[in-house]
Amino acid sequence: MSDLLSKFDALIAERAGVLAKGVRDPFAIVMEEVKSPTVAIIDGNETILLGTYNYMGMTFDPDVIAAGQDALTRFGAGTTGSRVLNGTYQGHKECEDALKEFYGMDHAMVFSTGYQANLGMVATLAGKGDYIILDADSHASIYDGCYLGNADIVRFKHNSAEDLEKRLRRLPPEAGKLVILEGVYSMLGDIAPLKELVAIAKAHGAMVLVDEAHGMGFFGENGRGVYEAAGVADDVDFVVGTFSKSVGTVGGFCVSNHPKFEILRLVCRPYTFTASLPPAVVASAATSIRKLMHAGDKRARLWEMTRKLHGGLQARGFRLATTTPESAIVSVLMPDQETTVRMWQAMLELGVYVNMSRPPATPAGVFLLRCSLCAEHSAAQLDTVLERFSMASAAIGLFALAAE
Amino acid sequence: MTATATDRASVYVRIIELIEPLNVKKVGLAENTSFAGDLEMDSLTVMDLVASMEDEWDIVMPLNMLPDLETIGQVADAVTKLVTK
Repeated sequence: MSDLLSKFDALIAERAGVLAKGVRDPFAIVMEEVKSPTVAIIDGNETILLGTYNYMGMTFDPDVIAAGQDALTRFGAGTTGSRVLNGTYQGHKECEDALKEFYGMDHAMVFSTGYQANLGMVATLAGKGDYIILDADSHASIYDGCYLGNADIVRFKHNSAEDLEKRLRRLPPEAGKLVILEGVYSMLGDIAPLKELVAIAKAHGAMVLVDEAHGMGFFGENGRGVYEAAGVADDVDFVVGTFSKSVGTVGGFCVSNHPKFEILRLVCRPYTFTASLPPAVVASAATSIRKLMHAGDKRARLWEMTRKLHGGLQARGFRLATTTPESAIVSVLMPDQETTVRMWQAMLELGVYVNMSRPPATPAGVFLLRCSLCAEHSAAQLDTVLERFSMASAAIGLFALAAE
Repeated sequence: MTATATDRASVYVRIIELIEPLNVKKVGLAENTSFAGDLEMDSLTVMDLVASMEDEWDIVMPLNMLPDLETIGQVADAVTKLVTK
């Protein structure tokens, strides 16, 4: 019998090599207790959370928790069914109503995860003979949506208007086209030049889908995302998003003004052939979305904390992926895998959790310690974080290594 | 736009030139050399190579073609077909 898992031998050996050096597994963290959006207990230690995408700190909002508790009691633990059969409860409709209001759009479809929202929309919108034109650094859920569908897939250089234009120009003018962009790219934390990219897509007759997973809540006048801040709302056909970041629970969605949008509920397989979200989740999400419409103070605090971390790390000599804080993600560039893991572990032992990111999740060859801010981070917490970044880098000799 | 030759032999020669900088293991390059097996290229490198070939011949090589293109010879065939279309 041939072992089907032997294709992963190289990865198993690489991981064993890293772990043999005495570092702990960066992909096997257990949060034993979660005290707030910014503090958890890991290995018995109180740890500042600086890598959870909990941008608006809604996970412990009292109204959000109360709405979930009430729905759990009244509607039960789960729906045991698809959205198109027995799995649409009052709460799912209310959640979609909240999204329509938040985005000022006619239609909203709630999926069970953000991953499924991209998987479903991308695979369903573009069919055989159509073209998908996607940014090279697109999230895995977008690439997987491409591979689930039957369209021809064309990739353009990350955030390059010139490259997008060049690739669109080569396509048959009459063919259906879907250009897929993200407001914030979650690895480096950079934002897309949506004004330029959307204009080029429209000039070539393409429909445009923008993923605002990391932009919802704090970009634009109404917190709709980078596309709102860029002033291109009228030219974006579909906005995809998630409940697992600013909204503070789990789930995904697509909103649109397209008059035929509702038919997608019957033809979008990752929507149709899975169980709907539990009543508690949609109730929490709807409450959170409505609160995010009036979260100006939180938005301001999130940006203030982001600037503080970005500036503080730069002042301490760390190399960052963006020269200015473009989003609420601050990514620290690291030289190689081993140094990244050692630095990550040193930070954890000092009581700060950040994400470790490596290829192929990151763009070619880039190793990162990725920090994401929360509106609930205090200035004192960030002072502690900055001090510990300095301590950790001294302990592992990061700057001596980088200077070599 | 450069006036790149479009016959099979010229396309093959130019593809070898485009692959060479990515050939970190210095594997001998031939018709039957495979991208995943022999050159050990990861998917990102392959996609970047596709982009450079698209620009070289001003063609569209959709990523969904890639699973059928395992060797340099197969890529040369596919590019030749696209440029003469």
